[in-house]
Amino acid sequence: MSTILIIEQILNGLQFGVMLFLMAAGLTLIFGVMGLINLAHGSLYMVGAFAAAAVAGATGSFLLGLIAAFVAAALAGAIVEMVIIRRLYKAAHLDQVLATFALILIFSEGTRWLFGSFPLFLNIPSALSGPVTLPGGIQYSLYRLTLIAIGLAVGLGLWVLIERTRIGVQIRAGKNDREMISALGVDIGKLYTLIFALGAALAGLAGALVGAIQSVQVGMGEPVLILAFVVIVIGGIGSIRGAFVGALLVGLTDTLGGVFLPELFKLFMDNGAAQKSGSALASMGIYVLMGVVLIWRPTGLFGARA
Amino acid sequence: MKKLLLATAATLLYATAAIAEVKVGMITTLSGGGAGLGIDVRDGFMLAIKQSGRDDINVVIEDDQRKPEIAVQLSDKMIQSERVDIMTGIIWSNLAMAVVPSAVNQDVFYLSPNAGPSPLAGPGCHKNYFNVAWQNDNLHEAAGAYANGVNYKNSFIMAPNYPAGQDALTGYKRFYEGKLSGEIFTQLGQTDYAAEIAQIRASGADSVYFFLPGGMGISFLKQYADSGVDTPVIGPAFSFDQGILQAVGEAALGVVNTSQWNKDIDNPTNSGFVDTFQAEYGRLPSLYASQGFDTANLLLSALNVAEPSDADAFRDALRAANFDSTRGDFSFGPNHHPVQTIYAREVIKEGDVFTNKIIGTALENHSDAYAADCKM
Repeated sequence: MSTILIIEQILNGLQFGVMLFLMAAGLTLIFGVMGLINLAHGSLYMVGAFAAAAVAGATGSFLLGLIAAFVAAALAGAIVEMVIIRRLYKAAHLDQVLATFALILIFSEGTRWLFGSFPLFLNIPSALSGPVTLPGGIQYSLYRLTLIAIGLAVGLGLWVLIERTRIGVQIRAGKNDREMISALGVDIGKLYTLIFALGAALAGLAGALVGAIQSVQVGMGEPVLILAFVVIVIGGIGSIRGAFVGALLVGLTDTLGGVFLPELFKLFMDNGAAQKSGSALASMGIYVLMGVVLIWRPTGLFGARA
Repeated sequence: MKKLLLATAATLLYATAAIAEVKVGMITTLSGGGAGLGIDVRDGFMLAIKQSGRDDINVVIEDDQRKPEIAVQLSDKMIQSERVDIMTGIIWSNLAMAVVPSAVNQDVFYLSPNAGPSPLAGPGCHKNYFNVAWQNDNLHEAAGAYANGVNYKNSFIMAPNYPAGQDALTGYKRFYEGKLSGEIFTQLGQTDYAAEIAQIRASGADSVYFFLPGGMGISFLKQYADSGVDTPVIGPAFSFDQGILQAVGEAALGVVNTSQWNKDIDNPTNSGFVDTFQAEYGRLPSLYASQGFDTANLLLSALNVAEPSDADAFRDALRAANFDSTRGDFSFGPNHHPVQTIYAREVIKEGDVFTNKIIGTALENHSDAYAADCKM
C-alpha cells in the first residue's frame, strides 16, 4: 500500500470528520445548554439538503442553494423550537425522545408529500468539480478539499462565537446555571430559540454540502444522526471542542478502519473471508472507540467532570 | 329473533362468497427509503388490472415500510382475516424470505414481482411460488458475461456486506473469466465511497463492477465521476433505473448496465405499456414497473383459464405463462423462475431525461444456477 493512498485516505477521513462535526456541533449545543435530546436533528439535515436541491434546481446556482439550505433549516429549527420543543425542556428525557421521534416521522412524510419518493438531483458546482493534483502527485477531489476548508472555517467561527462574543458568554452561562442567567435579565426563551436555530442551520448546511456528493432522499439524516450521537458521547456532551475532536476521531477511525482492517486480515486469511470479516469489524470500529473512551473517561474527552 | 339474525347473517355470508371475487394481497414498500421501487411495482401492476377491465379482482395494498416484522404481520392479516387467494408485491429479499415460505405453505399462491433470493429458487422452491422478475444472481451473471464479451481482464468488484451483496459478487464471478484486481465489501447504507474510489485508483483495474442499490449507487456514481478515475464501470440495472437516473445526472452517462427489460424492447406489448404508463402516471416506467405489469398480466392470463380455488388447474395455468410480456418471450423454468434474455444497456440522455438504450445481449435464454437443487 503506497504512501499516496494512505494520505488520500487520511484526507477522506478528515473530510468525513468535519462534516460530522457540523452535525454534532448543533446536537451537542442543544443537549449541553438545554438538556434536550433531539432525535429530529437528522431531519433538519434532510431539510437542508432538499432546500438546496430545490433552489439549486430552480436557479442553477449552488451558492444560492447553500444559502437556502442554511435559512430553511434555521427557520424549520426555530419554528419547531417555538411550537413543540419549548414544551419539552422540563419533561423527562424519554418524553423528549418520543416527541422528537414523532418529529422525524412528520418531517419524513412531509418531505415525501412535497417532493415525492424519488431521490432529488443536486450536483457539485462545475467550478469545484473534478480532481486537483496536490504536492506529491496526489489526485484529490477539489470539492472534498473545499468541504474540509468549510468545516474548519465553521469550527473556527463557532469557537469565536462561543469564546469571544457576548452571545457566547450567555450560552456558556446558560449551560451552567439557567436560573441565574435569567435572573440577570437575559431572555432565556429567545436564547434557546437562537441556539436551536443555529444548530439546525449547521445541520442543514451539512446536509446540502454532503447532498451534492451523496443522494438527496427521504431518511438520509438518520444514519448520520447515529454517528453524530457517537461523536458527542466521545467528545463529551455539551463541549464544542469535544465535538470537533470526536468528529475527527470518528471520521478517521471509520475511514481508515474500513481500508486497513481487511488488509490486516489478509495476512492470515484468504481474500474473500478477509474482506467479509474485515469490513464487518470495521463497521464496529467507532463503537469500540466509543467504548474505550468511555472506560478511560466516563464523561467523554472534554465532558464536564461529574 | 336470534335465530332470524343468524340466518340472515349466514345468507349474507353465502351471498358474498357467491360473487366469485378474486382477492389479491399486495405487500410492498411504499414509505421510507426504497419506496420508489414499491410504488413502481404497484403502479405497473394496477395499470394492467385497470386495462383488463375486470372489476371482480380486489387488490388489497399494504405498506411494509421495508421491515420484515411488519411484512410478516401484514401477511398473517391478509391470509387469515382478508383470506386472499394470491399474494404479491414484496421488493426486498429479506422480507420475501420472512413471508413467502409460510404463505405458500398455507395454500396461497405467491407471485414475486421483484425479490428472487436463491433459497426460493433452489432447495426451498415451492409449487405455489412463481418469480416473474429474475433470480437475484441473474443480472450480475449477465454483467460477468458482458465483461468477457468486451474483453475486460482485470475487474475491481464491490458490493455491500449483506446476503444480496455477497450473491451479487458470486454471480459476477460465476460468469466472469478474467482475474480480479480487488474485491471489497462496503457497509450496507454507506453513503461515502471516497475510500473505495481511492482503492480503485490504486488497483490498476481495467473495469469496475459494483452492486449498490438505491441511494448507495447514486452516491457512488456522483463521487466516482468527480474523482477523475476513468476506469469503465458496469452495474446491474438496480443502480440505473428510471427513478434513480435523474438524481445521478450526467455522472451516469455512458455507463453500461444489465437488465432483462428496457423501454426500447421492440414488441407491441412493451410499447403500449410504456405509452400508457406515461399517460397514466406522468413519468417513464422503470424495470420495476415492467415487472409489476408482467406479474399482473401473468395473473390475469391464469384467471382466464381457472379459478384459484381450483388450485391444480390454476397452477398449471400460471406455469404455462400464456401472456404477452413486456420482455417479449417469457417462460418459466422447472423451478418457476424466468428463462429469459438479459440485455446490456447504456445510459443516454433523451432531451432532458436520462434513460437507457439497449446496446446488446448479455445472456440468452438464461435460467439460474439453482434450478437443479429444486425438488418440486
